Amino acid sequence: MQLETTINGNKIVLDFAGGEFLAETLRRYGYLSVKEGCDTGSCGLCTVWLDGAPVLSCTTLTARMEDHEITTIEALNVEAEEFAQFLVAEGAEQCGFCAPGFTMTVLAMRRELKHPTVESINHYLAGNLCRCSGYKGQMRAIVKYMGVE
Amino acid sequence: MLEIENIIFPANLGEALATVRGIPGSVVLGGCGYLRLGSRKIRTAIDLARLGLDKIVETADTVEIGAMVTLRDVETDALTVGLAGGVLAKSVENIVGVQLRKCVTLGGSVAGRYPFSDPITALMAVDAELLFHGRGVISLQDYLEGKWGRDILVKIIVPKRQWIAAFTSVRKSVTDYAVLNCAVSKSGQDYRVVVGSRPSRALRVTTAENFLRENGLTKKSAVRAGELAAESLQFGDNPRGSGEYRKKICPVLVKRALLEVLDAA
Amino acid sequence: MKYIGKRIPKIDGVGLVKGVPAYTSDLAINNNALIVKILRSPHASARIIHIDTTDAMAVPGVECVLTYKDVPETAFTLAGQSFPEPSPYDRRILDPVLRYVGDEVAIVAASNERVALRALAKIKVEYEVFTPVLDVESALDNELKVHATQPHTNFDVGCDASRNVAAAHSLEFGDVEAELSRCEVVIEQTYRTQAQAHAMMETYRASTSIDVHGRLQVMTSTQIPYHVRRHLSVILGLPKSKIKILKPRVGGSFGGKQTASVEIFPAIVTMKTGKAAHLVYTRQETFCCTTSRHAMVLTVRLGADKQGNIKVVDIHTLSDTGAYGEHAPTVFWVVGQKTLPLYSAICRYHGHAVYTNKAPGGALRGYGATQGTFALESAVNELAEKLGMDPAELRLKNLIKENDAHEALCGSLPGRPAVLASSSLDRCIKKGMELINWKNSFPAKDIGANKRRGYGMAVTMQGSGIAQIDTGSVTIKLNEDGFFTVSHAASDMGQGSDTMICQIAAEVLEVEMDQIIVASFDLDTLPYDPGAYASSGTYVAGKAAVIAAEQMVAQMRGAAARILDVSAEAVAYDSGLLSASADKKMSISELATTLCSFAGMDQLISKGTYGGETSPPPFIAGFAEVEVDLETGESKVIDYVAVVDCGTVINENLARIQVEGGIVMGIGLGLFEEVRYSGKGRLTTNSFMEYKIPSRLDIGEIRVAFEESHEPTGPYGAKSIGEVVCNTPAPAITEAIYNATGMRCRNLPVTAEKILMGIE
Repeated sequence: MQLETTINGNKIVLDFAGGEFLAETLRRYGYLSVKEGCDTGSCGLCTVWLDGAPVLSCTTLTARMEDHEITTIEALNVEAEEFAQFLVAEGAEQCGFCAPGFTMTVLAMRRELKHPTVESINHYLAGNLCRCSGYKGQMRAIVKYMGVE
Repeated sequence: MLEIENIIFPANLGEALATVRGIPGSVVLGGCGYLRLGSRKIRTAIDLARLGLDKIVETADTVEIGAMVTLRDVETDALTVGLAGGVLAKSVENIVGVQLRKCVTLGGSVAGRYPFSDPITALMAVDAELLFHGRGVISLQDYLEGKWGRDILVKIIVPKRQWIAAFTSVRKSVTDYAVLNCAVSKSGQDYRVVVGSRPSRALRVTTAENFLRENGLTKKSAVRAGELAAESLQFGDNPRGSGEYRKKICPVLVKRALLEVLDAA
Repeated sequence: MKYIGKRIPKIDGVGLVKGVPAYTSDLAINNNALIVKILRSPHASARIIHIDTTDAMAVPGVECVLTYKDVPETAFTLAGQSFPEPSPYDRRILDPVLRYVGDEVAIVAASNERVALRALAKIKVEYEVFTPVLDVESALDNELKVHATQPHTNFDVGCDASRNVAAAHSLEFGDVEAELSRCEVVIEQTYRTQAQAHAMMETYRASTSIDVHGRLQVMTSTQIPYHVRRHLSVILGLPKSKIKILKPRVGGSFGGKQTASVEIFPAIVTMKTGKAAHLVYTRQETFCCTTSRHAMVLTVRLGADKQGNIKVVDIHTLSDTGAYGEHAPTVFWVVGQKTLPLYSAICRYHGHAVYTNKAPGGALRGYGATQGTFALESAVNELAEKLGMDPAELRLKNLIKENDAHEALCGSLPGRPAVLASSSLDRCIKKGMELINWKNSFPAKDIGANKRRGYGMAVTMQGSGIAQIDTGSVTIKLNEDGFFTVSHAASDMGQGSDTMICQIAAEVLEVEMDQIIVASFDLDTLPYDPGAYASSGTYVAGKAAVIAAEQMVAQMRGAAARILDVSAEAVAYDSGLLSASADKKMSISELATTLCSFAGMDQLISKGTYGGETSPPPFIAGFAEVEVDLETGESKVIDYVAVVDCGTVINENLARIQVEGGIVMGIGLGLFEEVRYSGKGRLTTNSFMEYKIPSRLDIGEIRVAFEESHEPTGPYGAKSIGEVVCNTPAPAITEAIYNATGMRCRNLPVTAEKILMGIE
């Protein structure tokens, strides 16, 4: 199958199999920041933005992507770098495999939460699993990054 | 691995209905949350994404939630947040994470009749009805009992009343499926007590509802209503908990939800 | 100190966060590899009577379908251990006998995943199905056998397949029975620990091809690149020189990738076809068809006098190693090694690791110490209650102290018990008591309606490398304009060993860290290291880095002396400057440039190799504050205090994250993580929907403090930290729940249901 969509601001014609999900398509097209961790929509590693909102690319059918805007971390280099500096300053990226999807969620959260608190941040990020860090270092980084009181 | 041979994007509901009725084995796509689990081969998939079913609208006496509205929108939209004390929003807030909730749809949860569903339990407590295209309106309760099928769910309709409602659940971990969930509501002297994930489907507990109608809601009657719920319902075992445990926490969840309603009243 | 003890960011961190391609599947994507998929046994115990691959082979795009008839019959173990491995050689690439649900039946390689899966479905297999052995407690001497023939072992580990025993062990110091009979107070209890999944975020994967030299190239997400090469060499009958191993960034591991679970499958495909092959395990395969923490049944007997002097410790363990004995003997031994030295000179450790028809046990962070700590520390808590003593005081009275000797400490020889050269465990306990306000909080307090908070504690020790066995090396090369390449194979899997080694080298070499390149990717260029396990990174590889860097400084002084025409002793080295006098001096850059040229003609390469005579234990005192809902049984760890003795803290950030991550893993083990099986032996917790690891909403406060000791044999006084961190939560939490509810759970995990059903 074939359709036209926008990835990171560029219009592109995607070739894909009928049952294919977006995570697989994106990796095939070279967006290697997109990781997959679970096959069941449970881990958050594959988070990308669909029309500006964070979604699981493993649960989003590629066939539905006609005329949508998909954003991966490759398009957010400056912002991602800024947050990355906070995260690595805490050592909280660890193995790093969950970090791009986590960062996509954090950057979306920054746009969405007007008055972030530790509680609302934790709730927003609950779908991003991490087995290395124990989450606390991630929160220390976010509190500094977002200037939470 | 999912295989889909053909995907149809119907231009209108009539076409969608004709397709689902006309092509044996065709599948209506919702939020696709469960679609990728296991290995499945679909000859024809029908995608309703382009029919504008992703809106939440208010009428004079209802709030109507389109079948393709995502759980994340249910959680954040002012209309659903403001409905019945936000019981719908509360019922979905611990389902995995924002990214999944932005994918999966309320229509998908409802149409699938998932017995572990949190929003179904909450919807039952506010007398939700379902509009199926070409067929009309059916109560959620009737639908869960197995009536109707192979139709196109258009929207979920919640009547506007002076609902005061609450949702409670027990989970082994916060983002897990509920071991047991409960939603209650009060509108005037009318009560709903619903218990789901027993682990079979959500049921209203009329004995408890009647008791509350007759005795009013007090701290004491809340306890008794909980006991009645545990006595009236059947509970079973699954990996998340035994029937015995569920029976033991049922009165607690019902009581706590009712006390929340009492506090808010 | 410029770098040691500082909060240094990881050298690869920013790139990983931004999603720069770095992992096996990122780097393997462009070689048009065949996609490998595996057909697995639907039965827990069966034999293949007939297997027909004709239809599968006929699917367009299928390159090969391999069954047991097509692969070498060599038996081996996949455990990542130094040769001679203690683990029994009880597996083959493919075997007509299938020993658990998920055991490999056939290998398919095809042009893409969809084709491979279509072909898998077309393989016809006829099975003879047997009754499986599923219950660990009846496996020993069961008439049903998991292995019909006795596997080879490199030395006696007590393996006896005719009894379903993978390993047996008995170690006794003093006369345990006699001492127990003299004790005024005796505790005897049986504790059960469940299988736990590693749940690293990157599933298992490997990519193979034949390189331009005709060598088998294997890129793999592993902790043990050298062991992987050795295993493949034995299994495939290839000289090690014909195998090239690449280890990219690893997306988490926790001991899982200390077993070479997947490399053999794409490797045999590449050997058969000559083509590149790539295998990525699904999450389901990762749960069902690799390893998990050995489930154990541990019976502890503790004897003490009425004053609370612990006189004797006896631990009997039954370990469930599943269908294969990867790490079965060693995990089993470590249960005793990391518990017996703590409390009493008179002690015993004994029991069996048994085969069952379930997914194999394996290495998982803690490696037996986690299970042993749960049992022993729970028993110590029970003893404290029986004695009417504060459990913290009971421990302070009895625990091994710095400079004490104990025959069960690693590195002991007969008649020559090893000495505990560093410990601040007493300070850790006191500090933890202070932080959690122990004196005012223990044992419990009411918190509003139907809620109670309980307090509990536990201590633990681990090791730092494997004493007198595992030995690692680091080399340092001075490059042509004065920067260095530090090479090692200690296998960073996210914990930051590349960064730690860079810090140490920079400290000794007195240069900025960005003047050091850390090479850890291509085994062809790396010195030997057994890999990232047994908490060896900082202690073994870090020490090797100190030695190599010191040698490099000496070499630079010698080379500068030659160029400056003075004696080596006359050359002083200070922060990149080599000087003999005011006019006889040169920078590293000048030295390096000269040495690479015709004029200098001397490439400097230094080396350091280290292995510990002992395995210095790090210690933790852990304190849990747990709130229990008395009406539903739900519990939450409100606060967890961990006070850590890891010797000198080399990198405070990375050490703290190790502790926090390990505690969360321990909380999961304590409260809800559990590998479960159906009645027929199918592993049912096969996804993150069914096997829940803690999310950030499941975790309360975690507070970490360090009480540094100084380990004289460690680099800058450091010991390990990676594993010891996940041992204390389970016993501390169950004790806190007991104190809150009166319900003592000796059977992990302590779920809300167990608590509620147990109250009253």
